[in-house]
Amino acid sequence: MSFNLQKIRSDFPILSREVNGYPLVYLDNAATSQKPKQVIDAIVDYYSNYNANIHRGVHTLSQEATDAYEAARHKIQAHFNAKEACEIIFTAGTTHGINLVANGFSEILKKGDEIIVSAMEHHSNIVPWQMLCEKTGAVLKVIPMNEEGVLVFSEYKKLLSNKTKLVFVNHISNALGTINPIKKIIEKAHQVGAAVLVDGAQSCSHIKPDLQKLDVDFYVTSAHKMCGPTGVGILYMKEAWGNKLAPYQGGGEMIAEVTFEKTTYAGLPHKFEAGTPNICGGIAFGAAIDYLNEIGFEAIEAHENELLKYATEQLLEIEGLKIYGTGPDKTSVVSFNIEGIHPYDIGTIVDKLGIAVRTGHHCAQPIMDFYKIPGTVRASFAFYNTLEEVDALVNAVKKAKMMLS
Amino acid sequence: MTIEEIQEELIDEFSMFDDWMQRYEYMIDLGKSLPLIDEKLKNDDKLIKGCQSKVWLNSEMKDGRIIFTADSDAIITKGIIAVLVRVFSDQKPQAILDANTDFIDEIGLKEHLSPTRANGLVSMIKQMKMYALAYQTQVKN
Repeated sequence: MSFNLQKIRSDFPILSREVNGYPLVYLDNAATSQKPKQVIDAIVDYYSNYNANIHRGVHTLSQEATDAYEAARHKIQAHFNAKEACEIIFTAGTTHGINLVANGFSEILKKGDEIIVSAMEHHSNIVPWQMLCEKTGAVLKVIPMNEEGVLVFSEYKKLLSNKTKLVFVNHISNALGTINPIKKIIEKAHQVGAAVLVDGAQSCSHIKPDLQKLDVDFYVTSAHKMCGPTGVGILYMKEAWGNKLAPYQGGGEMIAEVTFEKTTYAGLPHKFEAGTPNICGGIAFGAAIDYLNEIGFEAIEAHENELLKYATEQLLEIEGLKIYGTGPDKTSVVSFNIEGIHPYDIGTIVDKLGIAVRTGHHCAQPIMDFYKIPGTVRASFAFYNTLEEVDALVNAVKKAKMMLS
Repeated sequence: MTIEEIQEELIDEFSMFDDWMQRYEYMIDLGKSLPLIDEKLKNDDKLIKGCQSKVWLNSEMKDGRIIFTADSDAIITKGIIAVLVRVFSDQKPQAILDANTDFIDEIGLKEHLSPTRANGLVSMIKQMKMYALAYQTQVKN
């Protein structure tokens, strides 16, 4: 399919609404993406035609729902190029997946072991490891970043040792848009025998990762960042890790046999999928992946890079505007401030003009502390955004600057 | 002037403007005349929680009336707190507790009234009423 922006935009019902009397310009895609009608239809179709509980019923509806849910798992496996479908575990989202891994490591880590995280992590990527360290006596080490918002690889290599048990890094920083060199990070970690967990929440809508090629041990992401619904995501884990880690939650679905004396756990992926899952969410996630692949990730990347380049050039024309995250490898996120103006003020004015951007610390306070700023204005672009919308943003920011200075 | 009179005055002033931009510009101007909190008092105790920008609010009792001073690091927020200080400062605690805040809708700042708005206008009003309640209790005892 060729990249037909007009056609793509018509797939997203929300893009035709107005906000405060202006056509909506949605530039908060790093927080969550909008949903095409193909995904909305999949949700309606599920609840209208074959809603049933899965994996246990012999009746037709239950079979249909189970087939659709497991078909979605296979689609996701193929998309991320996991070796086995059982390595794809459905979760409630990225944070859930991270906590599941952290819980598993609580029985593996010993006092004095080390966990490495990066300086550009989201809060949800810092807190579970701090909790894990408190519980196990392990030590948290941080890969520093430089002024451009790029991780300092030489410092990372120095942190690695045979004490390192787990390295955790996001594929792309939500606050800055920097793409981290995860392939190199994984290679180095494996040389000292450490496992690697990559957070793909920000990358999956822009880049199609090949999990086998990356040789990553754990990978997490959320459906809602990639045109799917909220409340569902996946945790990929290599089968060997899946057999090694203890289950996170007890409940139905995750057991093989239960007596009051002893319970034996089910195999992957069910061992980590206690309770009735988000069936509709999983199926709709599959529909979202189909939709994105139909457009094609090469086309998505090319268009988003064009938006990023144009937005960066145009915004930098504004006097006093500074962009945070200026490394060579980044996705379509522009985080910025204007000298002497609070990001909240800019966000408020551009919202009045129908433009949705995010303001604040983006749940990444350590990054804001690094730059000694209260927050930034963040415009994040998706494949359905247009160059005209970039113009609308730039004009709105100019107007805000005029009003506020 | 009573709280109601000040509110009427504000409604009058804001009614001169046709669009939101002029109203915001006026509010930003009002922020410039806000009686500022003493720099030394700008600590966490005086910070209002629930705002994406920082808002410090202080109160003092003078001749049975509460005097508010405040500041913010964002200028729209500073304008909002300036409107509230103009309405509620130099009033008796009971009058502050009894006051309703419908005027905010009438001056065209309704969107800031939602409790989930990050600017914390609702938290500011709540904090002012809390101060009033604390002084009121002191007076009674």
